[in-house]
Amino acid sequence: MADKKVVATVSLAGCFGCHMSMLDIDLRLLDLVQLVRFDRSPLTDIKKFTERAAIGLIEGGVCNDENVHVLREFRLNCDVLISVGECAIMGGLPALRNDIPLRECLEEAYLTGPTAVQGQRIIPHHVDLPKILDRVYPCHEIVKIDYYLPGCPPSADLIWAALSGLLSGKLDTLPRELVKYD
Amino acid sequence: MSDAKKVKFSLDGKEAESHQGVNLVQAIEENGTHVPTLCWSPGIEPCLGTCRVCTVKVNGRETAACALKIEEGMKIECDTDDLKDLRKGILELLFVEGNHFCPGCEKSGDCELQGMGYRFGMTHPRFPYRFSHYELDYRGVHLLLERNRCIHCKRCTELFSDDQGRKVFSFVGKGKDTRVEMNLDLEAKMPIHKCREAASLCPTGAIILKGQGFDRPVGTRRFDNPPDKGSKNG
Ligand code: SF4
Ligand code: FES
Repeated sequence: MADKKVVATVSLAGCFGCHMSMLDIDLRLLDLVQLVRFDRSPLTDIKKFTERAAIGLIEGGVCNDENVHVLREFRLNCDVLISVGECAIMGGLPALRNDIPLRECLEEAYLTGPTAVQGQRIIPHHVDLPKILDRVYPCHEIVKIDYYLPGCPPSADLIWAALSGLLSGKLDTLPRELVKYD
Repeated sequence: MSDAKKVKFSLDGKEAESHQGVNLVQAIEENGTHVPTLCWSPGIEPCLGTCRVCTVKVNGRETAACALKIEEGMKIECDTDDLKDLRKGILELLFVEGNHFCPGCEKSGDCELQGMGYRFGMTHPRFPYRFSHYELDYRGVHLLLERNRCIHCKRCTELFSDDQGRKVFSFVGKGKDTRVEMNLDLEAKMPIHKCREAASLCPTGAIILKGQGFDRPVGTRRFDNPPDKGSKNG
């Protein structure tokens, strides 16, 4: 078992849909666990890297300073880093706020919006809360990304093609018919 | 075209043949090489020449193929790695210039911009996203203008008119502030078949029929299935 490759995954500003799609590889999961061991990942609930990973899968874009920190940590600890899904690649739905000034977004969400609670209209701020960035950034605008798996989410077949290809060292190009943006 | 004079030209170093007056895209395709086109398709005359996705080299210079007619002795390069990469780069620029949120777009699956991305095997643009602000125009009775998705191809302004031949769409502003506008009085009077025509003429999801969309399952839309395997172009 010593030669199992180590894989790490994380969801930044994403909805976990990409992780769901990873699980959607169904029975091939059994093949996968023969080949890899998951280290830091929501799938294992390991919160800190315990060893260097061969492959890091990033779901979600970068919307706050904690995301920046985690993404950089992944870059430092993974040989190959993959942006998985539209949010990681272009910010995705969270990036719909990108052409609206941050202050306006926060005021709408916490002060003036219809769901703001009467008498509790404050914009949350605390040293322990991540600071929201001026806009949502695609991962490759923060660190170097080696591969991209588009889709919302990328299909299980695309994820499998990429993972199995990388693990066997036979990944040439992604099968085009699996590349979709929605 | 059979009466037209024959012309000889070179295509990627090989001898090729077509007829005088034939559009360069068609002349190249007659000789077995595919040229990707986005704003142009056969029948659009004169060409719009706005997207530049059809860029080839003619006598050593990059130019939009759809904007030229074939001439005797032209030296054309089309299927080279450099040009394929250049065309892909041009497409990527279209993606970063607008705000193309495919997962939430009514036109997704039927969008020609997206289809071209699939054909080119684009997984991500190599340029930074601009995330510019574009105003939505929802004042129309039937149609919604979603300017985030407009690639300024001019199909709607040049090729579309209502049942009485009047222009409904126009461009306002200059340079990066150019935006598409719709004549609201004419739009309000347009029958539904004309509205549908406008929405499907738009290669992206910038002109949308209100209250419609997401009406067919994923897998059955125009670009859901693999691009024709015969295509050599990337
Ligand atoms: S609205 Fe559509 S058809 Fe009109 S210029 Fe924009 S992309 Fe082209
Ligand atoms: S297809 Fe030639 S410029 Fe758009």
